[in-house]
Amino acid sequence: MPSLPRSLPPSVTRLVDALSQLPGIGPKTASRLAYFLLRAPPETAASLADALRDLKARTRLCSVCLNITEADPCEICSTPSRDRGVICVVEEPLDVTALERARFGGVYHVLHGVISPMNGVGPDDLRIRELLARVAEGRDGVPVREVILATNPTLEGENTAAFIARKLSGSGARVSRLARGLPVGGDLEYADEITLSRAIEGRQNL
Amino acid sequence: MASRTYQTDAIVLRRDDYGEADRLLTVLTPGLGKLRVMAKGARKMTSRKAGHVELFTEVRLMLARGRTFDIVTQAEAIATHRALREDLRRGSYAHYLAELTDQFAQEQAEDAALYDLLSNGLVWLCDARDPALAARLFEMRLLSLSGYRPQLMRCARTGEPLEVDQAAEGADVATAYSPAEGGTLCARAALLARDGFALPRSALMLLRVLQTRELDQLDALDVPEAVGDQVERALRRTFVYTLERALKSTRFIRQVEGAES
Ligand SMILES: [Zn+2]
Repeated sequence: MPSLPRSLPPSVTRLVDALSQLPGIGPKTASRLAYFLLRAPPETAASLADALRDLKARTRLCSVCLNITEADPCEICSTPSRDRGVICVVEEPLDVTALERARFGGVYHVLHGVISPMNGVGPDDLRIRELLARVAEGRDGVPVREVILATNPTLEGENTAAFIARKLSGSGARVSRLARGLPVGGDLEYADEITLSRAIEGRQNL
Repeated sequence: MASRTYQTDAIVLRRDDYGEADRLLTVLTPGLGKLRVMAKGARKMTSRKAGHVELFTEVRLMLARGRTFDIVTQAEAIATHRALREDLRRGSYAHYLAELTDQFAQEQAEDAALYDLLSNGLVWLCDARDPALAARLFEMRLLSLSGYRPQLMRCARTGEPLEVDQAAEGADVATAYSPAEGGTLCARAALLARDGFALPRSALMLLRVLQTRELDQLDALDVPEAVGDQVERALRRTFVYTLERALKSTRFIRQVEGAES
């Protein structure tokens, strides 16, 4: 990594270092962003700073679905018209956004990752226990009829789905997997809504 | 002048997300050893390459030489190993095989034998009744291939026959095994070995079977759990001694085995 010139004031170096921590941003891009903010009107930097502070201060995980939310339960979990008997299990909050575009009418459960030996993530590091409890208990008297496993069609996503399916066997709920129409190795986050709604409609029992 | 594109068979050992939607792959090839190549747009759902360059897939790649990484221009899967995707245990062992292979593979060095072993090993993991036994077979073959074949028929230090082979049929005589000495030891040599540990007769027999038999013969055996564990430990210690480090995925496999039961 090319080191920054020593002549830079510490406040600039600090921002460049912080920005370089972000995914997909190298030291070059980080410097460019830092200089942009340096030249921009003070409001630009101030509103960015506020947004960053609020991000952590105001958000938390929904106590039901573990999605990121400001209100608990989240908007989706507290909408009465949504079918609480159908839970769609996803890897990340961004996948919820993708499935919402495809107009899924049930509720979600966010695992916050997948089982991945390469990254040292085991079954216990994910929110699987919370899911099993949710399926066993139902909510407000509504039993869970179906769990749709919508992890990515990658090896880790398939392995995680297989593991959860085994844990749910005997729970009484139907366990299904998004249709095979989704290309292997892809990332749900990048799927268009037509492909996704087809994958939901064509889901198969596990 | 070298051609700008080339073709090779490859097995995907690792894949890391890169930039917005690309993937950086670490692949093993028969002719060029370990390579790092770029699959552009592989995370996009519309990518036709994605499914062909998924982890542990054996794939025919067309590559274009690039400045930092060569770039995948075409990919056609040869074997996708579905069972590794549909079963967490088999999938976890595949990670282990890939991690082991990664340790022994060299960059830019031809090693068709290592490639064939991994190619077979992944098939074994899919086909075996017990993937753990398939992994043991892979480990034993890998040790042989890389020049660390353990001596199991006589004393690795003195060359003397082993007590267990001279004892009465069925008598359970333990034999010392030492990774540092390179295999089994006679009782006298065992006193001098610093990392020796006892192998019951049944575990020694299974190790010998792993050295000499094929998967279908192994698969027919009913291996008691305790014997499987002893053999697993012996081979794990051999790799830790050989590689001078522990492997990440062994700890993970133990976690998965615990959670699945
Ligand atoms: Zn919620």
